[in-house]
Amino acid sequence: MPGRVITITSGKGGVGKTTATANIGVALARRGQRVACVDADIGLRNLDVVMGLENRIVYDLVDVVEGRARLRQALIKDKRLPELQLLPAAQTREKSAVNGKQMIRLCDELKKEFDFVLIDSPAGIELGFKNALAPADQVLIIVTPEVSAVRDADRVIGLAEASEKPSPKLIINRLRPAMVRRGEMMDTADVLEVLAIELIGIVPEDETIITSTNKGQPVALEDRTAAGAAFTRIAQRLLGEDVPFQTFDESAGLLDRLARLFRSQ
Amino acid sequence: MDFLTRIFNRPPDKDSAALAKQRLQLVLTQDRTNISPETLSVLKDEIITVISQHVEIDRAHVQVAMTHTNQGDHLIANIPVIGARAPAPPAAERKRVQTRRPRAARA
Repeated sequence: MPGRVITITSGKGGVGKTTATANIGVALARRGQRVACVDADIGLRNLDVVMGLENRIVYDLVDVVEGRARLRQALIKDKRLPELQLLPAAQTREKSAVNGKQMIRLCDELKKEFDFVLIDSPAGIELGFKNALAPADQVLIIVTPEVSAVRDADRVIGLAEASEKPSPKLIINRLRPAMVRRGEMMDTADVLEVLAIELIGIVPEDETIITSTNKGQPVALEDRTAAGAAFTRIAQRLLGEDVPFQTFDESAGLLDRLARLFRSQ
Repeated sequence: MDFLTRIFNRPPDKDSAALAKQRLQLVLTQDRTNISPETLSVLKDEIITVISQHVEIDRAHVQVAMTHTNQGDHLIANIPVIGARAPAPPAAERKRVQTRRPRAARA
């Protein structure tokens, strides 16, 4: 059965697309799935560094598209998880080095060998985003519970739906339950009410993300951290498992409110 | 002391989350439908003109707004009505119609 191409995007920069791509990839691979992570942020590559594979880049996505290297030569096998591979972006080129059709052809190749192809989309809504979106079978939107991120996510949801992709699913990232309790941060239900798409994960703010990126060791490699556990749950849901959402003690009756929200649709 | 003053005089940020949500709903309704406050104002004037041709209304209390709910975005107009515009009555009755007070606008 051919693999599933999932594009991870957000509109807003810095909300956690690359971290999510790396960690969901790791979590899926730990569960025995063959995963290819593709860095579509040409010119500003970061997936390599977050995954700790930056020293092993020989060829990149643009080399493959332009015929200088075969896909197999450019893919980097993660020594920690043999089922996980990375196709890095080019660092010295621009988004226009690649077009949507080439991305689709590339992903068609990858689909033959991998169960999941995770595409780390660049920020924005321009060519880079469009290229990342083109081959997607599924779209995941990363959002933080902040006005700018939600506004941008809304735009991107509209663009994805206009491209006739299946309705995107939402990951709420960097949630701070203490701030939510004090009424200083929007809660999950608020964000869901505004964006009105299906939720697939909630990831709490977690300092270990910073240290894990410092070391190039995605948190989902182990079961020790709150964020790692959250990414693992997302991977499980992607595999069709029915995993209940954490409440993180946000407010009384969060599950009730969520239940009401879904019932009213 | 200055530090302490700043701590105790700081207004609470409680409910800034609620404010964020409200602002988002308004801004997204505009973003999605491309209806600016200026357009809404023009719309309101035109709605008043059209409705007034058929029904006498309380122009001062007409409200026109975009709302956003789970069921989508809606343009809502709240128009207090004074009375159906009948064909001009004979002179004696006309005076009676004009002294009738308009219905109070809903709060």
